[in-house]
Amino acid sequence: MASLITCPHCGARPKEEFSVRGAAMPARPSPMAKDEAWHAYVYIRDNPKGRYQEYWHHAAGCRRWLVVDRDNLTHDVFGVTDAADFVQARGIE
Amino acid sequence: MRYSAYSIFKQALSGNRLWTPAWREPEPKPHYDVIIVGGGGHGLSTAYYLAKEFGITNVAVVEKGYIGSGNVGRNTTIIRSNYLLEGNNPFYEFSLKLWEGIEKDFNYNAMVSQRGIINLFHSDGQRDEYARRGNGMRMHGVYAELLDREQVRRMMPYLNFDHARFPIMGGLYQKRGGTVRHDAVAWGYARGADQRGVDIIQHCEVTGIRRENGVVTGVETTKGFIGCNKLALAAAGNTTTVGRMADLELPIETHVLQAFVSEGLKPVIDHVITYGAGHFYISQSDKGGLVFGAEIDFYSSYAQRGNLQTVEHTMEEGVSLIPGLSRAKVLRSWGGVMDMSMDGSPIIDRTPVDNLYLNCGWCYGGFKATPASGFCFAHLIARNETHHVSRFMRLDRFERGYTIDEAGKGPQPNLH
Repeated sequence: MASLITCPHCGARPKEEFSVRGAAMPARPSPMAKDEAWHAYVYIRDNPKGRYQEYWHHAAGCRRWLVVDRDNLTHDVFGVTDAADFVQARGIE
Repeated sequence: MRYSAYSIFKQALSGNRLWTPAWREPEPKPHYDVIIVGGGGHGLSTAYYLAKEFGITNVAVVEKGYIGSGNVGRNTTIIRSNYLLEGNNPFYEFSLKLWEGIEKDFNYNAMVSQRGIINLFHSDGQRDEYARRGNGMRMHGVYAELLDREQVRRMMPYLNFDHARFPIMGGLYQKRGGTVRHDAVAWGYARGADQRGVDIIQHCEVTGIRRENGVVTGVETTKGFIGCNKLALAAAGNTTTVGRMADLELPIETHVLQAFVSEGLKPVIDHVITYGAGHFYISQSDKGGLVFGAEIDFYSSYAQRGNLQTVEHTMEEGVSLIPGLSRAKVLRSWGGVMDMSMDGSPIIDRTPVDNLYLNCGWCYGGFKATPASGFCFAHLIARNETHHVSRFMRLDRFERGYTIDEAGKGPQPNLH
């Protein structure tokens, strides 16, 4: 895994400043969605080998939630976006 | 060949030239009763118990690398059954009982060493929690002792008892816990299975699962198609990749866990010790190396290598607990890919595909479970019914609301 993560707000920062929440791909269902949809959101993971989007929190920096787009086999980081921008771009909620 | 003191003597007289390989290297047959995907500890023990306990010998274990190249050779070799929950404790105790007889059972020296495991506690709240866990163990018939600070000091005087932030207040002690030589576990099971007719096919990667009318008919591999009546997955960190070939949707996320071994030292650490203020655990191998590790790296990873941040963190925790550790040199470190489940507990169950069986979700606690996992999985495959000690480890427990969350962390795989 890369030792530096480029935060869109703070620039290149050491990885130690971030904490990892987990997969950003599952989209939160509506509160009225059926149990199956919630089960899939809470428990089921695509878990691909390769390109992966993950929620990271810049805990020791700007304290923004970010989405790190990276490869979980080669550990390349392709880009980091603010989680709000990520969700807007995905067009949900 | 049966191994014994006599066989060593006899071989020595002939200059050790007549030892034969411990298992064959067969080409795959066109069809098997059972194919097991994954030649790690769990896959090999499943094959062994299928042949030995359930009389199913027309079995193949297909492994994409060489056997034991995955997590069974990448762990810190600890065995224990100090679990709290009903869904876990009887299973791990069954496993520990199998460990206690394993060497005679498979006629291989696995160096089972019941040196005792101690979980240190550092606050009143943690003491209460560990007392509760010890009581839970004893209610399941598993002996545990709660030691106070002075008892711990007598056993382990080299720990940092002057720690201002995380004082050692005592520990939960399971005498029957310990370590096992992990490679020998893979080899012992492989040899035992092979002797009973199981084909262990190495360097053979599964690339597809063929299904007809909703049931599995065989697997596509790099050595061609191999047919089977039943297919069993024991692919650890690659479970999702293999499962996807049969459209399984799984509550698994793959993470990397690192472990470390120091240069060989004279005997200093007699037990297995876990640090309650971190996640650090340490023991000393018979060769003298200190074997230790801590948390996973927290980000999802399929790479069998970790990050320096976690290396540093592990060393800091170690030195915080055992100051003398700062003088030891680390010889090797390595990473293994873990099938982290969403509640920290494993899955041994059927799947929506009728003759496809699943064994996964071991997080980073799979090594101690190797015998029971194989036994219960073999039971499930052979009889199509769940062994009673693994009856909670169902695939559908998440949607039914029966998770087995030993650590109480919730659906957050990197925290288990």
